[in-house]
Amino acid sequence: MKKLKENIIEKLLFSSAIFTILTTLSIIGILLYEAIQFFEEVPLFDFLTDTQWTPLFDDKHFGILPLLSGTLLTSFIAIAIALPIGLSIAVYLNEYANKKFRKIIKPILELLAAVPSVVYGFFALIIVTPALQSFIPGMSGFNSLSAGIVMAIMILPFISSLSEDALFAVPKNLREASYGMGATRFQTVFRVTIPAANSGIIVSVILAISRAIGETMIVAIAAGQQPRLTANPLVPVETISAYIVQVSLGDVPHNSLEYRTIFAAGITLFAFTFLLNNVSFWLRKKYQRKYA
Amino acid sequence: MHNTKKNRLIDKSFQFWGIGNTFIGIVLLAIFIGYIVYLGASRLSFDFLSSLPSRFPDKSGIYTAMVGSVWIMFLTAIFAIPIGVSAAIYLEEYQKKNRFANILEINISNLAGVPSIIYGLLGLQVFSRTIGLGGNLLAGALTLSLLILPIIIVATREALKAVPNLIKDASYALGATKWQTIRHQILPAASGGIMTGIILSISRAVGEAAPLIVVGALAYVPFVPTSPMDDFSVLPIQIFNWISRPQAGFIVNAAAGIIVLLVITFSMNLVAILIRNKFEKKMN
Repeated sequence: MKKLKENIIEKLLFSSAIFTILTTLSIIGILLYEAIQFFEEVPLFDFLTDTQWTPLFDDKHFGILPLLSGTLLTSFIAIAIALPIGLSIAVYLNEYANKKFRKIIKPILELLAAVPSVVYGFFALIIVTPALQSFIPGMSGFNSLSAGIVMAIMILPFISSLSEDALFAVPKNLREASYGMGATRFQTVFRVTIPAANSGIIVSVILAISRAIGETMIVAIAAGQQPRLTANPLVPVETISAYIVQVSLGDVPHNSLEYRTIFAAGITLFAFTFLLNNVSFWLRKKYQRKYA
Repeated sequence: MHNTKKNRLIDKSFQFWGIGNTFIGIVLLAIFIGYIVYLGASRLSFDFLSSLPSRFPDKSGIYTAMVGSVWIMFLTAIFAIPIGVSAAIYLEEYQKKNRFANILEINISNLAGVPSIIYGLLGLQVFSRTIGLGGNLLAGALTLSLLILPIIIVATREALKAVPNLIKDASYALGATKWQTIRHQILPAASGGIMTGIILSISRAVGEAAPLIVVGALAYVPFVPTSPMDDFSVLPIQIFNWISRPQAGFIVNAAAGIIVLLVITFSMNLVAILIRNKFEKKMN
């Protein structure tokens, strides 16, 4: 009797674990199912090479490049700002700050990632853009620069916390050897600790990139709704995620080609984040083994 | 000697650089929030909290959106907590280290990295269309529970891992079965860590707008949802809707709405941190 109960409980717990695999399979299955129907009407070649994205206009073009460039541009700006700052924070907390300060400041930094993204969108549109416009004349009210800057604040804790964990995992004797040779803290960090922790730091950056690429509300609010192939951070663009929101807010009939565009755009986004997440998982396993 | 001095100078300068960087994000956030409070605090009133949305900014309130957010919070928790905690218990206490364990692990780490908008597409297709729920509370909550499931699983596993083996061994030595050991020893010992993870994940769900917009939540809901089958809006969507209106009055409303949303998310985070600290002390 006891044994039967134990068995049933184990089966129940097991089915919860299996549920997570079902979720992944459903995501992939649904995206593929709708995307395949989309590609029956729009040639894959056009999707990948056309430089216009105008599915909601009369003159329809289905080139993903403008949405992709918008996504990559806002993410690039965010990473370019968050990486040096986040890494400096990680180094400072690991090598310079005392333990007590580190213990207090880390949860506060992590609060930056807990602020809802719609709030960051408000910051970007209502505060950062007007502030930047006062010394960048000709900057549009919707632009990727403000969205990128604000997104950088949001992803900062990903880079600072995870990089700090990676620095912390480097064995003490490596650092002590460096000090023993008369190196300063700065020299120790940049010549010994960071090189030793590099895969962990790369993981933190990849996860931050993945987060930035998928971020939706900041770009939907502040970056605009004009898909265009540009590297100019001062003009309106549209990201993949913002396009999906735009279509969802309108009333596009189900089972129409326009409806399927959000799945075609979605599978593109998913492919990027899926790749980044797998690479980071693999790297993490590798460095965990290194110092285990 | 000259070189040593230079190196010490670089070393010292980095200290200031590091402090500056540590505070830049926090200071910017503080300035932003200060501005929001300046903009929106005067709009906060009992009327604002208890009014339905309206075409006129000064008559609009967040009542329906707040009720929607509470419903979503509650329903999401009901779905996500049992499945998330069970999956974590299985992975941590039952799963043998083999190829399948590896697949499960990669899979959960992947799910945690799937953008929230993709969960929206999943919810749209499965809950709204295939099951036919449309854009109601149930569809929204089911979607968000899938979104926070990996967060709960990861946090629960960390908490279970932190329970000392001594406790387990003692329980087995007294003749307890595996489940009795989990139920009466491991889970109570890990409860602080599990609670922290659950609160943080629910706080994440409360702040989400994108997946709910995709599933079909409405921006304008002139009635209070009273059952899981009702259409709804939530605070973040209401705020988003106000931000995208041209009238200045709605921006003030958005700022006031943000104050309410931030009070909710920050207090949940604060409670989570307090529980974690208390729990850590107990474990040591």
